[in-house]
Amino acid sequence: MNLSGESDAGAAWAAAAAVPDPEVPCVSVAELGILRWVRLEEGVAVAGVTPTYSGCPATLAIEFAVEAALREAGFEARIERLLSPAWTTDWITEEGREKLKAYGIAPPVNGGKATLFVSVSVACPRCDSLETERLSEFGSTACKAQYRCISCREPFDYFKCI
Amino acid sequence: MAVWEALLELADDHLVLGHRLSEWCGHAPMLEEDLALPNMALDLIGSARTLYDLAGTLEGKGRDEDALAYFRGERDYRNCLLVERPNEDFAHTVLRQLYFAAFMKPYWDRAMTSTNAVVQGVAGKAGKEMAYHIRHAGEWVIRLGDGTEESARRMADAVEALSIYVDELFDSSDAAQDAEKAGVLPVRAEMREAFDAVIADVFSQALLTQPDVAYGQRGGRTGQHGEGLGHLLAEMQSLHRAHPGATW
Ligand SMILES: [Zn+2]
Repeated sequence: MNLSGESDAGAAWAAAAAVPDPEVPCVSVAELGILRWVRLEEGVAVAGVTPTYSGCPATLAIEFAVEAALREAGFEARIERLLSPAWTTDWITEEGREKLKAYGIAPPVNGGKATLFVSVSVACPRCDSLETERLSEFGSTACKAQYRCISCREPFDYFKCI
Repeated sequence: MAVWEALLELADDHLVLGHRLSEWCGHAPMLEEDLALPNMALDLIGSARTLYDLAGTLEGKGRDEDALAYFRGERDYRNCLLVERPNEDFAHTVLRQLYFAAFMKPYWDRAMTSTNAVVQGVAGKAGKEMAYHIRHAGEWVIRLGDGTEESARRMADAVEALSIYVDELFDSSDAAQDAEKAGVLPVRAEMREAFDAVIADVFSQALLTQPDVAYGQRGGRTGQHGEGLGHLLAEMQSLHRAHPGATW
């Protein structure tokens, strides 16, 4: 494929950004803020990817998927793993937050950095009630906690704020 | 002594405690904890991997994370004694976690200004993770300490058994002192105030008292470990020793 011109960087970004998160497939890696940038370096598309949690088992799967998407779009590709600055849920885009909610996962409460023994109020993704309670600090993946809505009685996942 | 050996101490702390927590997988007293403990184990093992990688690179002898984790015997492990203590009952497990996280939280917060970029990167993530390890373990210590007669007794037993391993956390080995002088790692003794504040807060709610320890147990940083570490390593290393380089 002949690739030249300024739009290549944009095309590479678009290809990488569309990759869904393997554990929360309703949002893309760009919407989650784990794809930080894509640059063209001497014809090679280099994608900067940051892990969510230190031991996130999806880290490698995400890197492979982004690399594969770039190759599929016709680029030579390389992944750069970014450790610093550390990923924060503040990097989830507004669109990403809406998609999480529509999927039934309560998005992280902004500015709600939990301090010791102080928990934030999480709105139910189904009925928006703030009458919810935490069932477990840990859920199906490292990034989620389990909650229950007291108003509509539905259990739901909460995307933890870090 | 060299900086890489100080990173090895830190990596060993994280791997050994991570492995201990992973032993609860499938055995925890309830499903919630069966998710929680392995999740916390993943945080610790994730940090250990990056630290081993950095230690191996700085050592410069071509040892990667697998070589460092799987092909050293117990006398070559440099973890502190606290992290290798057996799980015993749940009270021991959550107290061990609280002690470790209450130490590591301020440690990683200070390591954010490390002269080493990789250490900075680990610190940024691990500091946040330690905050919820403190919260999770602390809530359990309170629940059990201020619970039934039996849970309170077991929690007090755990304090009795584990408090003697706390002081070693604040010791800096010769290697650690070199890393501290180079600005790569924070000075361990400086975590005391933040540690004591968290423990005092939790213990007062848990109706527990932190005993005055006359003679703390030490030796992990020089490879003098309890019997339990050998068993832990035997289980963890057997596959790699039988099939070097195995992947799946
Ligand atoms: Zn609801």
